[in-house]
Amino acid sequence: MKIVRRLFFTIIIRPFILIILGLNVRRPENLPTEGPAILVANHNSHLDTLVLMTLFKGKKIHGIRPVAAADYFLKNKWLAWFSLHIMHIIPLNRRPKRRDESLFQGVYDALDQNEIVILFPEGSRGEPEKVSRLKSGIYYLLRERPDVPVYPVFMHGLGKSLPKGEALFVPFFCDVFVGESFAWHSDKKTFMTTVETQMEELANEGGFTAWE
Amino acid sequence: MKIAALSQEIMIVLIGILLLLIVSSLTAFILTKTKPEKDFTEINLRIKSWWMMATVFTFAILINHNISLIFLAFLCFLALKEYLSLIPTHRAHRQILFWAYLAIPIQFYWIYIGWYGMFIIFIPVYMFLFLPIRMLLIGENKGFLRTMGSVHWGLMLMVFGLSHLAYLLVLPGTTGANVASGTGLVLYIVILTQCNDVAQFMWGKTLGKHKVLPRVSPNKTWEGLLGGIATTMGLALLLAPLLTPFALWSTLFSGFAISLAGFIGDVNISSLKRDLGIKDSGQTIPGHGGILDRVDSLTYTAPLFLHFVRYFYFG
Repeated sequence: MKIVRRLFFTIIIRPFILIILGLNVRRPENLPTEGPAILVANHNSHLDTLVLMTLFKGKKIHGIRPVAAADYFLKNKWLAWFSLHIMHIIPLNRRPKRRDESLFQGVYDALDQNEIVILFPEGSRGEPEKVSRLKSGIYYLLRERPDVPVYPVFMHGLGKSLPKGEALFVPFFCDVFVGESFAWHSDKKTFMTTVETQMEELANEGGFTAWE
Repeated sequence: MKIAALSQEIMIVLIGILLLLIVSSLTAFILTKTKPEKDFTEINLRIKSWWMMATVFTFAILINHNISLIFLAFLCFLALKEYLSLIPTHRAHRQILFWAYLAIPIQFYWIYIGWYGMFIIFIPVYMFLFLPIRMLLIGENKGFLRTMGSVHWGLMLMVFGLSHLAYLLVLPGTTGANVASGTGLVLYIVILTQCNDVAQFMWGKTLGKHKVLPRVSPNKTWEGLLGGIATTMGLALLLAPLLTPFALWSTLFSGFAISLAGFIGDVNISSLKRDLGIKDSGQTIPGHGGILDRVDSLTYTAPLFLHFVRYFYFG
């Protein structure tokens, strides 16, 4: 399966993302070179995960694990196979019935194996090119692994290329801003404010106007 | 591998480019070593990118006719994509941009089959008439003029204008015994346009005092412009006998016109970037900025040059 995944990313996804779409990456040197680490990013398009995974070359792709909604990505046999084996997702139940201790177990396993976990704290793709309110799941998740560094990444342009609910892909250059990593904080409000301001600063860096 | 386009004359020109690159790399290297107090990072980055661009371009143009067309179509795609990513676009009008991209393969198909009449009117007439129809079907009136105007302006410069380079390759009469192959003409216009950019920049850096268009591009000076014109005319005298069928007057005139048109193409895009409040159009080419920063002059020189040679030499 590793070979299929490697080939899929090297032959199809990387050329597609780099040639048809095109990336302008600021400060790629800030990205984690090894796990355990958590990448937090804004979420506007299915392309987000593919772009973030393209930032890691070659063999590294096996250690990149996007957290994805179980209700969406496991909804049928074929999509589930593709999501679990090729995209290598960690499925997450977005609507746990009650307190569920094993909710984040997949993420913990990945972090304990020194993998890099991709997380979209907005929880859903939402309106194109707009950052929705961040969910605090990341705070509870990191409470169990407080030493894992968090790397903020902001992407612009993908919501224009392939927004939620559209099937027509239109090429636009994608700007990727990689921020400085930061650590978990025991106070929930302080930590969530840090995540929000970090993302906001990265978003403001490009000086992009709202997409009307 | 048989490289059909590689005549002795073209070989001489390529060796010339190679020497020019080696000399600039050596000069930069010596300057970096002897003046450690100055920062030459940007210059070194630029020269490195020139090596890359010259290599890719040479292979794309020389190996095979079809590869050249695909390469130039791809160049149009990159330029248009950069442009459409920079300008503010309307969300409801996403599909219009998709159709704008689709104009590229169609335009290059006309070039491939050598249908000059269609090549020359497809974007100015048919795309111009078609895009509004597609807009009407979407039915979003807000921003109609902005989308229509900006998308078609981009198509005209980045696809129609740049694709003139490709038409040089298929001009009737450019194949066979004629010394002036289409490849030679493409090399001539691209080398002169790019060297003119560099020459204007260098003359401006060393002698520049009087600004030409202070509000559009404060770095452009009369000294740079005139120095660039003289340099490009000199270079034209060197290259024309090797690459073109030009008589002396055409050589001098083409050198002069390419230099002036290159300047206008450059400040044209400068004005766009200033309007949008950005400095570089992108980061695709290290040290240079984006694709638009490199092909801006060509959007003016390529169409003018094609019509000049077509009228006087291949009409």
